[in-house]
Amino acid sequence: MTNLAWMILGLLALAFAGAVLARSVAGRILVYGGSFIICACFISTGFVALSGPVQRLVLPVGLPWIGTNLRLDALSAFFLILVGIGGAGASLFAIGYGRHEAHPERVLPFYPAFLAGMALVVIADDAFTFLFAWELMSLMSWALVKAHHQEEGNAQAGFVYLIMATFSGLALLFGFGLLAGPQGSYAFDSMRENPPVTWIAAVVLVVALIGAGSKAGLMPLHVWLPLAHPAAPSHVSALMSGVMTKVAVYGFIRIVFDLLGPNEWWAGTVVLALGGITAVLGVLHALMERDLKRLLAYSTVENIGIIFIGLGLALAFRATGFEAGAALALTAALFHALNHTIFKSLLFFGAGAVLTATGERDMETMGGLIHRMPRTAIAFLTGCAAISALPPLNGFASEWLTFQAVLVHPELPQWGLKLMIPVDGAALALAAALAAACFVRAFGIVFLGRPRSEPAGQAREVDPWSITAMLGFALLCLLAGIVPGAVIDSLAPVARALTGSRMPVQLGDLWLTIVPVEASRSSYNGLLVFAFISASILVTVSAIHRLSSRAVLRGPAWDCGYPDPTPASQYTAGSFAQPLRRVFGTVLFRASETVDMPPPGDNRAASIVRRISDPIWDTVYAPLGRGVAWVADYANVLQFLTIRRYLGFVFAALVVLLLALTLWQ
Amino acid sequence: MIQPLLAQLVQMTVILVLSPLLTGLVRKVKARLQRRRGPSLIQPYRDLRRLLGKEAVVAENASWVFRLAPYFVFAATWVAAALIPTFAANLMFSWSGDLIAITALLGSARFALALAGMDIGTSFGGIGSSREMMIASLAEPAMIMIVFSVALIAGSTQLSTIAENMLNGQVGLRVSLALALVALIIVAVAENGRIPVDNPATHLELTMVHEAMVLEYSGRHLAMIELAASLKLTLYIAMIACVFLPVGMANGPDHAIPDIVGALVWLAKMAAACVGLGVAEMSVAKMRVFRVPNFLGAALMLGLLGVLLLFVSRGM
Repeated sequence: MTNLAWMILGLLALAFAGAVLARSVAGRILVYGGSFIICACFISTGFVALSGPVQRLVLPVGLPWIGTNLRLDALSAFFLILVGIGGAGASLFAIGYGRHEAHPERVLPFYPAFLAGMALVVIADDAFTFLFAWELMSLMSWALVKAHHQEEGNAQAGFVYLIMATFSGLALLFGFGLLAGPQGSYAFDSMRENPPVTWIAAVVLVVALIGAGSKAGLMPLHVWLPLAHPAAPSHVSALMSGVMTKVAVYGFIRIVFDLLGPNEWWAGTVVLALGGITAVLGVLHALMERDLKRLLAYSTVENIGIIFIGLGLALAFRATGFEAGAALALTAALFHALNHTIFKSLLFFGAGAVLTATGERDMETMGGLIHRMPRTAIAFLTGCAAISALPPLNGFASEWLTFQAVLVHPELPQWGLKLMIPVDGAALALAAALAAACFVRAFGIVFLGRPRSEPAGQAREVDPWSITAMLGFALLCLLAGIVPGAVIDSLAPVARALTGSRMPVQLGDLWLTIVPVEASRSSYNGLLVFAFISASILVTVSAIHRLSSRAVLRGPAWDCGYPDPTPASQYTAGSFAQPLRRVFGTVLFRASETVDMPPPGDNRAASIVRRISDPIWDTVYAPLGRGVAWVADYANVLQFLTIRRYLGFVFAALVVLLLALTLWQ
Repeated sequence: MIQPLLAQLVQMTVILVLSPLLTGLVRKVKARLQRRRGPSLIQPYRDLRRLLGKEAVVAENASWVFRLAPYFVFAATWVAAALIPTFAANLMFSWSGDLIAITALLGSARFALALAGMDIGTSFGGIGSSREMMIASLAEPAMIMIVFSVALIAGSTQLSTIAENMLNGQVGLRVSLALALVALIIVAVAENGRIPVDNPATHLELTMVHEAMVLEYSGRHLAMIELAASLKLTLYIAMIACVFLPVGMANGPDHAIPDIVGALVWLAKMAAACVGLGVAEMSVAKMRVFRVPNFLGAALMLGLLGVLLLFVSRGM
């Protein structure tokens, strides 16, 4: 535990070193190399603590009467591992990627501090430390979002992010205030001992959904995420999408599963509803997007929805006293959180590599990169397949577990849950299928086909550090997919602490099959599926090549006899999404297409204009913004008053406060 | 140990060897209904042999994705097909993947094929991939809803266990099961690219989906894709037979006699389904592409309705 405190201190020291040495190569290598080592230490510390006893540490800094309480239990240890994995990968990637940074002094000081903030959030054991770490994480990531502030749109992204982060911190502050109760004890231990009364618990749940949910990207509080995550340098985008959203999920779990004590069943319904909506709308947004990094950010929103579906199921089962089901659902959610950290980081690294190679984020200018960046392409393809929940990779394992959790216990007494759980199952299936379409589009447009612009045609493969990071994460995708039992078993202490039960032991089986409940109900063996597919590919290829023809003739593309040499004749990102936009977008996003076809004899070019609107932005945020501007216009008068009037206001405020105090007592 | 392994190997070989014959049967039925003599039943085998013997013509800018995809599509489809009990209920490796995994394996195959369609950078490949993913984005959730219905009724997502429970007759007739059957037939039609969703016999038309994706393939690559397509058709028919009509399936410790009976009954079921498919394809017209989502949306809603009924009827 003391070691952990030193590691975090080490990260802060690296931040200072980064500020001093920002301009030199040594600074880059020191900051990223040091962060890599410390993140690796996080992973090992987390693994030891996952099954070990709860560790505590009180530091004599912070608020004078409680100090800084740190605590490492199974839940914290798991999320510390997530921070470690994501941070180690991003640091390794950045050792190479960072050399293309035009302003390293805007990135290097904040990067380790951002990591330190995230690590501190997951081990904080009192409200003050938690909020301090939460705000440290928010502010440092805000600084990183603003690193490229001259680029178009980034200033606005940083502004929206700052507002939402403040809002989230405020909501959590309010929630912790309610949890602390009249005694005002901010240590988590005393909150656990005195769980609040029902209606306060309900308010805290809503506040936690707002505070942690807006950080995680839960709809309708997700609007900042697709703006801010892509604006940061790519390794920071990976950290924000892959790790910071998980830290937000941690905050939600810590408050709702741990501090609030037993929950009501409707809590499950609310979380399930939000999760289902987030999953489907998030992936639909991703499908319509043409900016590669924004596409990935919207896909993060989708995956957060999937994680919250798992958490909602766990809350529902916990409230109805079905602990084994709650353990299954919680394990599925946490497993998906781990998987998302791995493949979303990988995909953002890939987007960063593409950005380095072509200087572009717009998919419509790419194409054919698989020929010029073969290793990046393999890693990116693995990430795309994993996030599309395709067996035998890891995304399928966790979504399969979530499906099993949907099916595990239909005998629920509450009608709300009876209707919500199957609908969420459908939403999950729809989101998974749409994600496959989204990532066929992402990989197909960026890496396959013919180059759509000159930079794409002259792209070069990126440096070995970046490739090592990407291929390492691709390997992790495969490993977690074929041996999911190992992950499930190591999550057992977390599930036991929060739900009172755990999933059956998985690694005892000879073939490493995973069995969520019992063998007669369902089982899945990723290793065997992988082995079967590989074996039948090998057998088929060798049989065909040996027994019949193995000749290959290279020729021009056939294309039904009418090949068009211009790359513009290919399908684009926009045209690929067109059928899905027509099916889902006409109602949800009010998508419309206007074709302007000049009559014969007219020489102007034909054009097609696509319009898409974001329903949540239009109905919630735009009116809110107008309302704030309207109020501000009127409140503006207050800035130009005389000193006597100001004194009058102070006096009036004093009288009102005193009156309120008298009436309240 | 040896005998179950043998049974598994026999089943996965049978389903592979038989699948071109079933494709031939559907074509024959359609030809006869059009008052043509049609190609012989074993024409698909001859086609495969011819394609395998030819050199593969590959476009100049094709990557390894294009060349690997046919083998991967075939392997994933075959593994999925090997997990479906045909004439005997207790498959040895049934536990390695349940119905959800089978659906997802087919999803993997489609993912690879859609990528291969975009690899050369032609407009036809793109149109095929884009439409295939649009169809799949509705067919796959519908399939998962069907799996949910069946799993809730049979108490398992494992096909072998489902088949055993259905065989033992503990299930009886259920509204949800009927809804699931209708939905599954719609999904099977869409997934296999049959009329009214797609026409496997069409080329050079803007209506094609699957054929547009594989337009650039030739030689042994095309043979693999054709074989995978036949295999997928057989898989879906076998799945419907296994879940909704498991009559005659061998299920028990002793083999030999029940196995032979089971095999004969299974062949009869498959042939009947192919004749039915041929007749159905001849009696409807192909839909416009943008009618397909409504068609598949109906399947999704039927499946969801079935699941909701099951959830609501439990614990009352």
